[in-house]
Amino acid sequence: MQFLQLVIAGVAQGCIYGLIALGFVLIYKATETVSFAQGDLMMLGAFCGLGSMTFLGFPFWIAVIATIAAMAGFGFLAERVVIRPILGQPAFSIVMLTIGVGYVLRGLITMVPNIGTETHMLPVPYKDQVAHWGGLVLNIEQMVVIAATALLCVALFALFKYSKLGIAMQASSQNQLAAYYMGIPVQRLNGLVWALAAAVAAIAGLLLAPITFVHANMGFIGLKAFPAAVVGGFTSLPGAIVGGLVIGVVESLSGFYLPPGFKDVAAYVVVLIMLMVKPNGLFGEKLRKKV
Amino acid sequence: MRFLFKTDYAQDIRLAKHGGHVFWYSLLILALAAAPWIFEEYWLAQLTFVLIYGIVGLGLMLLAGFTGLFSLGHAAFLGVGAYTQAVLTNMGWPFPVALFVAGGLSAATGVVVGLPALRVKGIYLGMATLSFGFILEEVFARWESVTGGNAGLNVKPPDLFGWIVDSPTKFYFLCLVITVATTLGVLNLLRSPTGRAFVAIRDSEISAQSMGIHLARYKTMSFAISAALAGIGGALYAHNIRFLSPDQFNIIQSIDLLLMVVIGGLGSIHGVFFGAIFLITMPQLISATKDWLPAVVADAPGLKSAIYGAVLVAFVMFEPMGLYGRWLKVRTFFQLFPFYRKGMFKRQKAFQKSDRLK
Repeated sequence: MQFLQLVIAGVAQGCIYGLIALGFVLIYKATETVSFAQGDLMMLGAFCGLGSMTFLGFPFWIAVIATIAAMAGFGFLAERVVIRPILGQPAFSIVMLTIGVGYVLRGLITMVPNIGTETHMLPVPYKDQVAHWGGLVLNIEQMVVIAATALLCVALFALFKYSKLGIAMQASSQNQLAAYYMGIPVQRLNGLVWALAAAVAAIAGLLLAPITFVHANMGFIGLKAFPAAVVGGFTSLPGAIVGGLVIGVVESLSGFYLPPGFKDVAAYVVVLIMLMVKPNGLFGEKLRKKV
Repeated sequence: MRFLFKTDYAQDIRLAKHGGHVFWYSLLILALAAAPWIFEEYWLAQLTFVLIYGIVGLGLMLLAGFTGLFSLGHAAFLGVGAYTQAVLTNMGWPFPVALFVAGGLSAATGVVVGLPALRVKGIYLGMATLSFGFILEEVFARWESVTGGNAGLNVKPPDLFGWIVDSPTKFYFLCLVITVATTLGVLNLLRSPTGRAFVAIRDSEISAQSMGIHLARYKTMSFAISAALAGIGGALYAHNIRFLSPDQFNIIQSIDLLLMVVIGGLGSIHGVFFGAIFLITMPQLISATKDWLPAVVADAPGLKSAIYGAVLVAFVMFEPMGLYGRWLKVRTFFQLFPFYRKGMFKRQKAFQKSDRLK
């Protein structure tokens, strides 16, 4: 029973990792760059939700929608202002750029007087509720996380698999120039991808907020989502979620059964083993250059 | 304008290309040697830091700027060097021996970290190094019998076979000698076949392989040399700080190091030192401008991180060659005066191709 309880806690935590990892995978799939600002976007999303609920006094659902929309707009804008000018430069410049953007976001949030430096609680309607089910104590907050993640994952998977937009995104990721020639508006697509990733980050932030509180450094959890994305194979949307679950469960179990200290590094040990055994991840596509 | 007449093949690989180089670098060395009598103690300490970060930066530059392998966990190598040096010095080992072991142990760690590098590329490599960084940081914190854990570890002053380096001036000279030696070493390496192989791997792995470069061997070598330099820098860092705690070697430090080489200018040795100067003087500049800013902004804890981020974004967007690139433009402007054209260093339009197929 205890084992099951630990697994459920791990699954809920893993869903958060998976959600952030979804953002990485989205951006990677479509633009072949890795956004290190994803965790900080999530932080911004949580603060956005907090602001709209406490200062603007929006009811919960309106606040959620407003936050997602605002973050999508922010992602679109960020792509337009900083990412697009260096489109086509080596992937690493974009990595550095997103690290910089993350720094700026974290710094700016911390600079907001009286708000940025403190921890806040997000007033959600399902706060602190538990359900009992066959001897298991289910935390509603965690259940919401799991359900929302599952829904989002299915929606995104369908987008990439069946919609023209998703296929165009994949095409532009594989070869920008060829995609241009085929009439795909690569730049506009990239903007959309960043908007989508920011929206996903906002959802992750809103889901995480009731569990860990809202504070400026909550974005560092993004560093744990990297292992999730790598384990899942970086190019696969369901993979990101599965990777997140693996990391979450391993972390939760190692926190209980192994000596202290192992919980913090469990995710990284898993990813290193993964990289040595199967560098393309669980669901990654295997590609080789033919000269 | 200066015209170089090539009369000899050896001219191509000479370290000092012409008289100007000899003159200016000699002047630089003289100025650095005279620094203790020119600067106050505070600025001398900052200069010592620049030299130490310069050594670490040389290592990272070799890896990131010349071999094209990016490490997001370089602070871990710094930490291995620092802790090794601290433990050995506290056991009474002489400085050069401890330094050698610190560098060697760091290099060994580098080889271990480099192993996944043989199989993975790009972001996966960043991920592997990031993971190693986190794991090593945890090891520093948990292995209390050796590292002192989170309580920290005090470091004795270096002992060169009886000559105790206890004053800032003496330590500065020690750092200067090691920095000059490592810089010359890296410069020499870069003009040797090994260095050429690194650059070839950076530019195209497939063509490097076709030219008969053993990828695995050279990548591992690059990791080892880079980690050894970081370890040597870490050893000096330990003596300079005199107190080690695991949080000095966390992800923030790794990103700072990366920021240093990117802002300095990837792929240039000058860039390392420009970047180190930037990294050390930036906090001073920020605190100097604090009086000018309104109190709400000036006292905000996030100011430093926001400015760092903004500077990084600005460099990546407008000056991808970093401070060295800017210096190159200024120099060319004066060399060609008044014939400098605006488009001379224009970035070529590039289209990204899939990294997955590299």
